[in-house]
Amino acid sequence: MALSRLSSRSTTLLQPLATAAFPTSLRRRHISTDTTPITVETSLPFTTHLVEPPSRAVETSSEELLSFFRDMALMRRMEIAADSLYKAKLIRGFCHLYDGQEAVAIGMEAAITRRDAIITSYRDHCTFLGRGGGLFEAFSELMGRTTGCSKGKGGSMHFYKKDASFYGGHGIVGAQAPLGCGLAFAQKYSKEEAVTFTLYGDGAANQGQLFEALNIAALWDLPAVLVCENNHYGMGTAEWRSAKSPAYFKRGDYVPGLKVDGMDALAVKQACKFAKEYALKNGPIILEMDTYRYHGHSMSDPGSTYRTRDEISGVRQVRDPIDRVRKLIISHDIATEKELKDMEKEVRKDVDAAVAQAKESPIPKPSELFTNIYVKGFGSESFGADRKELRKCRHTKIISSLSTEQTQA
Amino acid sequence: MASLLGRFCRKLVVPGSAHGARMVSTTSSCGSETVKSLNLYSAINQALHIALETDPRSYVFGEDVGFGGVFRCTTGLAERFGKNRVFNTPLCEQGIVGFGIGLAAMGNRAVVEIQFADYIYPAFDQIVNEAAKFRYRSGNQFNCGGLTIRAPYGAVGHGGHYHSQSPEAFFCHVPGIKVVIPRSPREAKGLLLSSIRDPNPVVFFEPKWLYRQAVEEVPEHDYMIPLSEAEVIREGNDITLVGWGAQLTVMEQACLDAEKEGISCELIDLKTLLPWDKETVEASVKKTGRLLISHEAPVTGGFGAEISATILERCFLKLEAPVSRVCGLDTPFPLVFEPFYMPTKNKILDAIKSTVNY
Repeated sequence: MALSRLSSRSTTLLQPLATAAFPTSLRRRHISTDTTPITVETSLPFTTHLVEPPSRAVETSSEELLSFFRDMALMRRMEIAADSLYKAKLIRGFCHLYDGQEAVAIGMEAAITRRDAIITSYRDHCTFLGRGGGLFEAFSELMGRTTGCSKGKGGSMHFYKKDASFYGGHGIVGAQAPLGCGLAFAQKYSKEEAVTFTLYGDGAANQGQLFEALNIAALWDLPAVLVCENNHYGMGTAEWRSAKSPAYFKRGDYVPGLKVDGMDALAVKQACKFAKEYALKNGPIILEMDTYRYHGHSMSDPGSTYRTRDEISGVRQVRDPIDRVRKLIISHDIATEKELKDMEKEVRKDVDAAVAQAKESPIPKPSELFTNIYVKGFGSESFGADRKELRKCRHTKIISSLSTEQTQA
Repeated sequence: MASLLGRFCRKLVVPGSAHGARMVSTTSSCGSETVKSLNLYSAINQALHIALETDPRSYVFGEDVGFGGVFRCTTGLAERFGKNRVFNTPLCEQGIVGFGIGLAAMGNRAVVEIQFADYIYPAFDQIVNEAAKFRYRSGNQFNCGGLTIRAPYGAVGHGGHYHSQSPEAFFCHVPGIKVVIPRSPREAKGLLLSSIRDPNPVVFFEPKWLYRQAVEEVPEHDYMIPLSEAEVIREGNDITLVGWGAQLTVMEQACLDAEKEGISCELIDLKTLLPWDKETVEASVKKTGRLLISHEAPVTGGFGAEISATILERCFLKLEAPVSRVCGLDTPFPLVFEPFYMPTKNKILDAIKSTVNY
């Protein structure tokens, strides 16, 4: 049945890591913040559609590799902490975790600036962190506290960060695609020399609005980079069961595309850098990130009914993005294994501290229910308990009966 | 066709935790029919099994229905009827519904599942512009009456903005389709079979909160509950309450509380919102002189407004008090604020009392 087909498919997911280039010097160094360029080859070549690929040789540095390691470890830890918080019912609603896909967020950030916009789906915690979002804001938002990035009103699926051009955080699958093209249009119109990275998944790739967005972007030469984070499963449906052509990088037809090993942060960085340059000159381009999520679709999905545990652990062993960078760091003598482990311990402490702080944060006041529906000055109205008086709630006034009803109900 | 059990059964409501009481088993004096204690998703599952069994040209499709669906409503269907009749679709609501309309136009029964009512909007154009008007604009040459769209709707305690919406009002504004909402497992099975077999396209909203919470004795045989017939599920003299779906459980609790204060409430389950049974509600309001409508959807433009306006036209001189609507607030369905947003038992009770004391 389906699983047997899965096991033969899963071998394609377990691409072996290319052996890292050996350092020219064997001199032992402490944790280096050296910015002298190191060149690393991407694990896999880029596959292309209607465009010439960028070079497989990626320029990086000790500083960058270490920051990759630390940031990805932070993201990984955050997602695992979110998992425990959800199980402890401190996070309610829905929670879609990104662990396994960290390289996409990190590599992208390394290639762009905070003036380039990013818009993504509901699997947005790590993207938020990549855009400079803080752990405390993230956990607060997850737990619905006022100190959250969306004031506790958005939750897991709606993280935003305006000053970093992070446009969130969208619950409806694929809805962010045309939005991203609109952002790109605004950037082009204002001659900002910036692009928009519109992220969507393999499930969303079958939405009609994606093709509408592609056509619009291509027609008007918008600086839009459409990034398909292909983790091979749309919730529980494998890509080959929902798409006639799972070659998502080709589905733009007249829009060129690049397929990238999404578990290799350096490949992602190279591709995003290339894509930004391309989009600024020529218009839209698609990047398909071949990535993988360890968790299920959301916290209510164990993630093992539609794929084998062997597949999941196999990807973890062979393609894990953090391990890849760890091996690079060690083989280039940038840091020792122990130093990296210490870094991970520190990260864990940071996450725990942020969680503890977020737990102490207040939940939003009841009056916040009515704020920001419209601009200030408009509100909601409802009858008071006596039904003779119509109470209008402007943005600051609280309907007193509401709070008593809450405690009684 | 009508449910025989409806008239003879007493329904015991046991208040459960927070919103949504557990509806305990009904006692039936029709001993000849075998009944089984089922929850809502099992009752719907049974209805789908029967629908596919009795009409070889019926199909069930939607996102993830093959393995049983995210709420298990389609369990066992693919195994029993085959992948050519029960199949998964890609993630594209507009495409799915349009495809269903086409299938129905060829004389088939297409039972489409939209995974959450919150996701139905990409398909809104297909439903409003294609499905609802097909028969009309083709002069009855073509129709898509075999189309039934099922979607879980309503609050579930932690659903947030996109897993809790009640969009029924949007669809009640479209002549050409029917909108049906069951309140319990037994009702759901009968109403779903009627909807599937009705020669008009039907949008069938299932209260997701009740998928597991509501348990009832459901007859095992093939039965249908008529559409466009409201049911008085509790008789009273002082005030008429009208609702549908999961909200009825909350209203029933308010009625019990009101009774302790000497107010006798009549509770009506509308069941079909479009076209709705005006006569039953009218008769009740002419008796009681007061009307209260309650629904989870926001109050402005909610279906309660239509009921209120119609009853006002028909019963103006008989009304002792303004029509009261206890509904969701005019905000997007909130995340952490859900308890404030919801039309709770106490809000309804307050409204009952002030309407009676007007």
